Amino acid sequence: MRAAGWVGATLVAVLLGVALLGDDVSGYRYDAQDIPHALEGPSAAHLLGTDELGRDLLARTAEGARVSLLLALGSTLLALTLGVGYGGIAGYVGGRLDAWLMRGVDVGYSLPDILVIVLLTEVLQAGLTDVPDLYRRVLALGLALGLVGWVSVARLVRGLVLQAREEAWVEAARALGVRHRRLLLRHILPNVSGPILVTATFRIPAAILAESTVSFLGLGIQPPFSSWGVLASNGFAAMRSYPHLILFPSLAILVTLLAFHLLGDALREALDPRERGRT
Amino acid sequence: MIRYALWRILQGIPVLLIVASITFALLRFLPGGPFEREKALPPEILRNIEARYHLDEPLGRQYLRYLADLARGDLGPSYKYVGRDVTQILGEALPVSLQLGAVAFVLCCVFGMAMGLLAAVWRGSAADRGIMLLALLGVSVPSFVLAALLVLGVGLGLGWLPAALWEGPRYAVLPAITLAALPTAYVAQLTRTSVIEVIDLDYVRTARAKGLSELHVHLRHVLRNALLAVVTYFGPLLAMLLTGSFVVEHIFAIPGIGRFFVTAVTNRDYPLVMGVTLLYAVLVVAANLAVDLLYGWLDPRIRLGGREA
Repeated sequence: MRAAGWVGATLVAVLLGVALLGDDVSGYRYDAQDIPHALEGPSAAHLLGTDELGRDLLARTAEGARVSLLLALGSTLLALTLGVGYGGIAGYVGGRLDAWLMRGVDVGYSLPDILVIVLLTEVLQAGLTDVPDLYRRVLALGLALGLVGWVSVARLVRGLVLQAREEAWVEAARALGVRHRRLLLRHILPNVSGPILVTATFRIPAAILAESTVSFLGLGIQPPFSSWGVLASNGFAAMRSYPHLILFPSLAILVTLLAFHLLGDALREALDPRERGRT
Repeated sequence: MIRYALWRILQGIPVLLIVASITFALLRFLPGGPFEREKALPPEILRNIEARYHLDEPLGRQYLRYLADLARGDLGPSYKYVGRDVTQILGEALPVSLQLGAVAFVLCCVFGMAMGLLAAVWRGSAADRGIMLLALLGVSVPSFVLAALLVLGVGLGLGWLPAALWEGPRYAVLPAITLAALPTAYVAQLTRTSVIEVIDLDYVRTARAKGLSELHVHLRHVLRNALLAVVTYFGPLLAMLLTGSFVVEHIFAIPGIGRFFVTAVTNRDYPLVMGVTLLYAVLVVAANLAVDLLYGWLDPRIRLGGREA
């Protein structure tokens, strides 16, 4: 892996650490208000300053990392499971079933992502009555992100499986009497896992972007809960007078997306022999 | 060719029908009716309003009614903007979105391809690394972050350009740049990869051996082949521009489709939300069709008729 890839991997590791700690990073709670110290710039007490309710911006950004990354990882896992299952079956079975399943993918591609995420979040939130109020919207948004993300994974996996199916070693395995299920799960999918892993790495920043966009529009995570989109939205409104409110959350998103893209590019190069020696 | 185009258009209809059905179902599951206000309406009035919009009918009937109206090109009345049809609202908002989208589309094609081509031609040089770093930043910067930077720096700081509203070409500059940044970066990465794929092939060497100028070789021979990969990407590209427009129009207060969507969702203005979704789906399906047809025109090997994958 190239140096850029290691930079990406290190940043991702640091971010995951911050996400695990959440607002413990700063010593303040993400929703603790300190009105006398509202809207202060960075200082020794509050490293990134405070917002209009005197909440510590570092605590809120770190807590936002927790929410944003958790959502991104969870939804990517969901999208991956659905997409690999759907695409794997379509590619392996082929024929008419494949044609029908791919029509489904066509439909998925013609639906506007952000739109469907917003609508699904509302619907799921209303449906998840067993979950505590605080987490209901987060869970709903995570599910919605996952339910939207499977389409591209399915198309990729289908293509990969379709290609692998024709290879001699698959025929050999079949001749040896390996059952369909086992052949797909144990032989074909592991063989094409490289590109799938690369896609998964790129799905994570896409999910972070989608979450922050929806929350920025005010349709995703709701305050006082924190996420990078919520913080950016809040900061945007006051950016002329208090630029630190938009600056730090924006930097957090930017660095995170950059880190995952660096990691993804490096993985793609490392895993795809065709990419080698090209740069 | 025409037959194929017609066939593809026909294929698009069931897709749109399913999109319409899915959106209809999602919207009806939403909690809170469109006429639920902070101050509750008297039940008689609410009943009257619901009867007016046929919301008191069984769901199946509402669904059929919607489809029947749709077939006639009628998207129904808006619940929020009383007295106006969704078709009318979208009709007014669409040109604005299309203008913005078209400018962004041209920007990302021109700059994206130029960046990709230059990076590939100067492969391994500092210029290549610089361009690719720019592209990496482009795919990593959310549009609202870029918008904030542009508004703070160019709009308010330097006072060169208006930071909101839609009252002339000058108003399009910042939104179009914001909207185009992400797709430009993608197009640049894609162009670079596909140019590198063909740049060492024999036919390029032949072109050079014939004595063609470097510019001619790159534009006529290399880029033309690399263009195929970019054209395939037009579908997702359009989707990206449309999705991006939701945010950009919201930020810059532009009266386009995207802005209506955000308010329509919060207002539970069902017909308007469905109208936006369907319009989006039509555009994506149309873009994919256009890509298929363009593809045949650009690459004679897959010209339709004797289609081989």
